[in-house]
Amino acid sequence: MSDQGNEPGIVLTEAQKRARRSRSIAIAVSLIVLVVLFYAMTLVKGPAILIRPI
Amino acid sequence: MSLISEGAEFNGTIAEPSLATVGDYLELLKPRVMSLVVFTALVGLSVAPGSIHPLTAFTALLCITVGAGASGALNMWYDFDIDAKMTRTAKRPLPSGRIQPGEALAFGLTLSVFSVVVLGLLVNILSAAILAFTIFFYAVIYTMWLKRSTPQNIVIGGAAGAFPPMIGWAAVTGSMSFEPILLFLIIFFWTPPHFWALAIYKMEDFRRAGVPMLPVVSGESNTRLQILLYSVLLVVLGVAPWPLDYAGPLYGVVAVAMGLCWMLLAMRVYRERLPADQACRHLFAFSILYLFLLFAVLMVDRGWGGLMARFAA
Repeated sequence: MSDQGNEPGIVLTEAQKRARRSRSIAIAVSLIVLVVLFYAMTLVKGPAILIRPI
Repeated sequence: MSLISEGAEFNGTIAEPSLATVGDYLELLKPRVMSLVVFTALVGLSVAPGSIHPLTAFTALLCITVGAGASGALNMWYDFDIDAKMTRTAKRPLPSGRIQPGEALAFGLTLSVFSVVVLGLLVNILSAAILAFTIFFYAVIYTMWLKRSTPQNIVIGGAAGAFPPMIGWAAVTGSMSFEPILLFLIIFFWTPPHFWALAIYKMEDFRRAGVPMLPVVSGESNTRLQILLYSVLLVVLGVAPWPLDYAGPLYGVVAVAMGLCWMLLAMRVYRERLPADQACRHLFAFSILYLFLLFAVLMVDRGWGGLMARFAA
């Protein structure tokens, strides 16, 4: 192993870890909402989901 | 604008790992502006003829909300230099250093694309097209161009805030007609007196930031006259849905009463002279109530029954 592999790199502080975790949770929730929204709208519209009139 | 060099200059060092919280990102969306946008879009949606499934209506409102927030984030990204110079905006996430410019730009662009694409896929293309144009108009035409170059910035740029009822209408009907355009015009002519009243008592802020707001460029007296002139147009337009048969007597009575109050306050603003700014503060506060109440009564008078019937169907 080279010395480079043992370098700690950027070490996050506790505050940075907490902030990153809260942002990650928010992104996860947003994605889940988006998936549920598309699923529910597909059920509501049925095949018409593919028809998008101007 | 180079993001990397800007971020580096802002901290004086290489960017640290972000400490931005979810709350900071939510602040980028300008929640108070967003609430007005959502409300006016809901009114546009509820007064529109035809039917819409509640979930489709919810999706449309969600996309309009996110799109409005996205344009707010893009505005904060571009304007963080002048925001830092104004007391009203100095504590926003960018000037206070809680979020880096590149983060705000990425956030704003991502939400813009998502809101427009989802609205186009799940509701209809026309509403998505108007939403896309609204975001473009606010972020590029108003923020990047008009705001720093002309005292008419808020007059033309105000159109961006006036589009939501049209988007709501388009979400239901997939078409456009004069009624949502009238709602657009009400907000369009509401914006200048609303914002100029604020600009008069925050004039030093705008002067320090180098933003050519009308009171800074043309003076206070001219701005007060302009407020009065725009108020006349606004009050006439505010009442217009009644004689045009878009709304009933309930709306008419409220619009006339609120219009008289507005004119009274606008006259006081016109007569008031420095160093007093109390009348401007009163008009600014009343202007928010005016728009909310006018649109709420329109929704109750015209749209509420139809909206409930649609949801029940």
